[in-house]
Amino acid sequence: MATSTPVIQAPRNLASKSNFELYSWLFMRLSGVLLVFLVLAHLFVNLMLGDGIDGVDFAFVAGKWSSPFWQTWDLLMLWLAQLHGTNGLRTIINDYAERDGTRFWLKSLLYLASIVVIVLGTLVIFTFDPCIDPDSTLSVCQ
Amino acid sequence: MDVTLKLRRYNPEVSDEVSWETFSVVQQPTDRVLDALHTIKWDQDGTLTFRRSCAHGVCGSDAMRINGRNRLACKTLLKDVNPGKPITVEPIQGLPVLKDLVVDMEPFFAAYKSVMPFLITDGNEPTRERVQSQKDRDRFDDTTKCILCAACTTSCPVYWADGQYFGPQAIVGAHRFIFDSRDEGTAQRLEILNDNEGVWRCRTTFNCTEACPRGIEVTKAIQEVKRALIFRR
Ligand code: HEM
Repeated sequence: MATSTPVIQAPRNLASKSNFELYSWLFMRLSGVLLVFLVLAHLFVNLMLGDGIDGVDFAFVAGKWSSPFWQTWDLLMLWLAQLHGTNGLRTIINDYAERDGTRFWLKSLLYLASIVVIVLGTLVIFTFDPCIDPDSTLSVCQ
Repeated sequence: MDVTLKLRRYNPEVSDEVSWETFSVVQQPTDRVLDALHTIKWDQDGTLTFRRSCAHGVCGSDAMRINGRNRLACKTLLKDVNPGKPITVEPIQGLPVLKDLVVDMEPFFAAYKSVMPFLITDGNEPTRERVQSQKDRDRFDDTTKCILCAACTTSCPVYWADGQYFGPQAIVGAHRFIFDSRDEGTAQRLEILNDNEGVWRCRTTFNCTEACPRGIEVTKAIQEVKRALIFRR
C-alpha cells in the first residue's frame, strides 16, 4: 500500500513563501561583523590618531572626504549601520508593539526616517564641497 | 516546616478581578510545590483550581510560574524555591487564563499541530519496522523528550508579545522530525518555520532552555533549525 503525504489543514495561514526573514536574519550577522571592523577603525582614526579628538573640525572632514577611500568607507558604514539599525528596530517594533495600527505607524515612521538619513548622508558624502566658504583658507581651495 | 504560598487567583464566574491570596501550610522540605497545592485544595480551599494528572513529571499538565520561573509543580521541591519566604505561584504567561492556575492551551497546541508532528513518508511501507542506526536516532534524541507542558513557549518574551509566533515548543516538535532520518517531510516543515512568525522571531534569550523541565536544549534546537534553513537546497 502506498502512503502519501497527509494533507492536514494548517491551523494558521502561512504568509506568502518568502525568504525575507531568513535574509534579514543573516544580514544582521554579516553587517554586524563588518560594522565591528568599520566602526572601531573609524573611531580609532578620528579620535586617537594625530591630534585625537581636538583634530576633528571642518578641515579634518574635508581632508577625509577628498579621498575616495574614506568616501567609500563612510558610505559603507552609513548604509550598513542604517540598514542594520533599521532592521533591528523593525524587529523591536514587531516584538513590542501590540496593536497592528501602532505597528504600522511606528514602522512607517522608522522607514521614512531611515530613507531620509540614507539619502541625505549619501548625498553629503558625494557632493561635499570643501570650499563652500568663499573665504576658505584650506589648501585645496587656494 | 511552615511554608507560605502566594497564589494568583482568578475566577471569572465570581469576578473579573485578579487577586493574590496567601496560604500557610505545613510540609516537608522535600515535598513538592504540587504537594503544597494539594494541601491547600484538600484542606483549606477546595475552589483552588490547577491541572495535574500524573503528578510525576511526565504528563506535562502542571507547568506554572513558581517564584517567577516556569517549573513543573510536581518536580519542584519546596526546599529548592527559597521556602523561608512566601512562594509565589501563578499561571504560565502568554496564554489566556481560564481560572486560577489553569490556562487555555489551545493556541499552544495549534502551533504544535501546524508543524505536522507526525512521521511523513513516501512510497511503499516496509514490511518490517523502519530501521534506523543508533547514530541517526541520537541525532534528534534530545527533542523527543518534550512532554508538551508549554513551560518553554510561555517563558518566551517574543511569545508573550506576539501570540502568533510558533514558539519554542512547536520548533522543538518540528526538530524531532526534521532531523529524523526516516522522515521525508523536512522540506515542508522547514518552509512552515521559515514563515515570518517562525524561527526568525527567536531572539536567543535562552528563557526556554532555562524553563524546560526535561532539560531539552531548546535554544540549540531552534538554532539548528535556523541553520538547516540557511543551508537547505
Ligand atoms: C559594532 C558592531 C555591531 C554588531 C556586531 C552588531 C550585531 C548585531 C546582531 C547580531 C544583532 C541581531 C540580534 C538578534 O537577532 O537577536 C543586532 C541587533 C541590533 N543592532 Fe546591531 N550590531 C552592531 C552595530 C550596531 C549599530 C551601529 C546599530 C545602530 C545603528 C545597531 C543596532 C541594532 C539594533 C537596533 C538591533 C536590534 C536589537 C534586537 O534584535 O534585540 N547595531 N546587532
